[in-house]
Amino acid sequence: MSNNEKIASFIGKKALRLTSLLIIVCFASFMLIQYSPIDPVRAYIGEMPVTAEHKAKLEAYWGVNTPPQEKFLNWAGDILKGDFGTSLIYRTPVIDVIEERFTASLILMGISWLLSGIMGFALGIIAGANQGTWVDKAIKTYCYALAAAPTFWLALLLLIVFSVYLGWFPIGLRVPIGVTADNVTFFDWLKRLILPAITLSLLDIAKITMFTREKLIEVLSSDYVLFAKARGEKGLDLILRHGVRNVALPAITLQFLGFSELFGGTVLVEQVFSYPGIGQTAVSAGLKSDVPLLLGIVIFSTLFVFFGNLIADIIYEFIDPRIKQQEALV
Amino acid sequence: MSTAVVTVNRGLFGGLNLRKKTLLIIGSTSLLLLAIVVSSVFLGEEPLQTNFGSKNLAPSLEHPFGTDWMGRDMFIRTLEGLGLSILVGGLASTISTLLTVILGLLSSAGKTADSFVSWLVDLFLSIPHLLLIVLISIGIGGGAAGVITGVALTHWPSLTRVVRAETKQLKTQEYIHISRNLGRSKWWIATRHILPHLVPQILLGTILMFPHAILHEASVTFLGFGLSPHEPAIGIILSESMRYLSAGYWWLAFFPGLSLLIVVLAFDMIGENLGKLINPKIAHE
Repeated sequence: MSNNEKIASFIGKKALRLTSLLIIVCFASFMLIQYSPIDPVRAYIGEMPVTAEHKAKLEAYWGVNTPPQEKFLNWAGDILKGDFGTSLIYRTPVIDVIEERFTASLILMGISWLLSGIMGFALGIIAGANQGTWVDKAIKTYCYALAAAPTFWLALLLLIVFSVYLGWFPIGLRVPIGVTADNVTFFDWLKRLILPAITLSLLDIAKITMFTREKLIEVLSSDYVLFAKARGEKGLDLILRHGVRNVALPAITLQFLGFSELFGGTVLVEQVFSYPGIGQTAVSAGLKSDVPLLLGIVIFSTLFVFFGNLIADIIYEFIDPRIKQQEALV
Repeated sequence: MSTAVVTVNRGLFGGLNLRKKTLLIIGSTSLLLLAIVVSSVFLGEEPLQTNFGSKNLAPSLEHPFGTDWMGRDMFIRTLEGLGLSILVGGLASTISTLLTVILGLLSSAGKTADSFVSWLVDLFLSIPHLLLIVLISIGIGGGAAGVITGVALTHWPSLTRVVRAETKQLKTQEYIHISRNLGRSKWWIATRHILPHLVPQILLGTILMFPHAILHEASVTFLGFGLSPHEPAIGIILSESMRYLSAGYWWLAFFPGLSLLIVVLAFDMIGENLGKLINPKIAHE
């Protein structure tokens, strides 16, 4: 198979997969909500008292009595046209809410993703290169403890230490009420970003560190490293030349595969720091029964995870086919 | 964790061999977890009575974890919360394991069934894990049933992957070919030849699934989709503590979270040491 053909079939396969995935996810999540005890009319009315006729009108408007299949087709048809409906809690089109919140979250996730990747990789290399020493043991203990720590608890601790006791950051990291997004200074924005980003990256470090460490130990026990040692290479040079190069690609792939966990962590961290991102929006949409917004977020987060996996697949398929072969053996 | 534990252990029981040490670690950790569950079940409501005379006390000898704004002892609340978390996590992982066994056996039945299982695994892994639990929990209607179903329905994919890979490898074995040539049915081969080989893997997988299930349950409860606020769950305790952060009541959040971390580490430890017993290759590393 020529290279072009391979790329074409890869794209075709992935496009087909994405389409089928989206259809299933849309259908399943819609039906799940449909048969849940959520009452859209109740969610729309909230605490307001309404008359019976008014309620009947609203029921007709929300289509409470139309069969679910028909409702799903209507909703899916609208989505195909790019209309995700109107959010009940924000009273604006869902797509606008998601665009604004997802951008805020992407910045947060991007920063912590990079931070955790770089720091985790560095720690993993240090631990692997010093296998068995106290440095290695300290890093390993740290990773095990972090992997077992509840995300939101770590966030709470950082909040207590840095906001309550040291007072370096405001406690409610919200934009001050009455200030529009344009008037927020760069400094304000940075200030409410630092703590969540640090929390999120601290948690993600554990996995990448352990992975890098194991891979490096594996590489260092290989024949070519033995040969390099026999030629007289040693120390940092040896690790940089033979270790890091071989470990980097699998580690990067792993980082891309972690988008699902990253999203979950973001939800919790945003909730604790009241960072106005997609996670916090998803939680309030769920708690206040804002069905159109919740379904919209499900679709977009699925896309987010899909693209993370897609990039990892591209690395598998085109940049380093060895990874795929190894997987097949396992 | 194992290294840190091993360093400590070297001093404590230097005379024991690795197998005895491993068994001892498993035994003592299981005992700790069992003690937490049993005491939380038998504790009852009485010690949790509100006592406004002693509210918001910092940790002391009388109240090791401090007291909350209603004067309730945080140590007792944490203990009850941990017991509940372990029970919920246990129930959810058991259901998840059952799903894994069913799907694992299904994937050994044939090519179509196998690609269906693999498709299902990919589908469940394609929505962010936490969001999926929340979605299922909402769909069921929240509460304990919601969170248990949510956690149970989302933790099988990774274990199923392992089981599928193992099954694939087993099916290339000689004795299975012979068995098939002797005219045994697929069902017979699946239950008599494949399932017994999978038991250790599944057992280990379940124990290692426990910590994930417990953490996810606490997270979902923390967000407000899980157990109801009347339950003494760790997620509830921590989300309540957020309201008292600015007042400086750090113990409300610190100790319950730390206890949860210790329970999760304990499960990891049992899993890892059990892995050493089941798969001696790991022990030599």
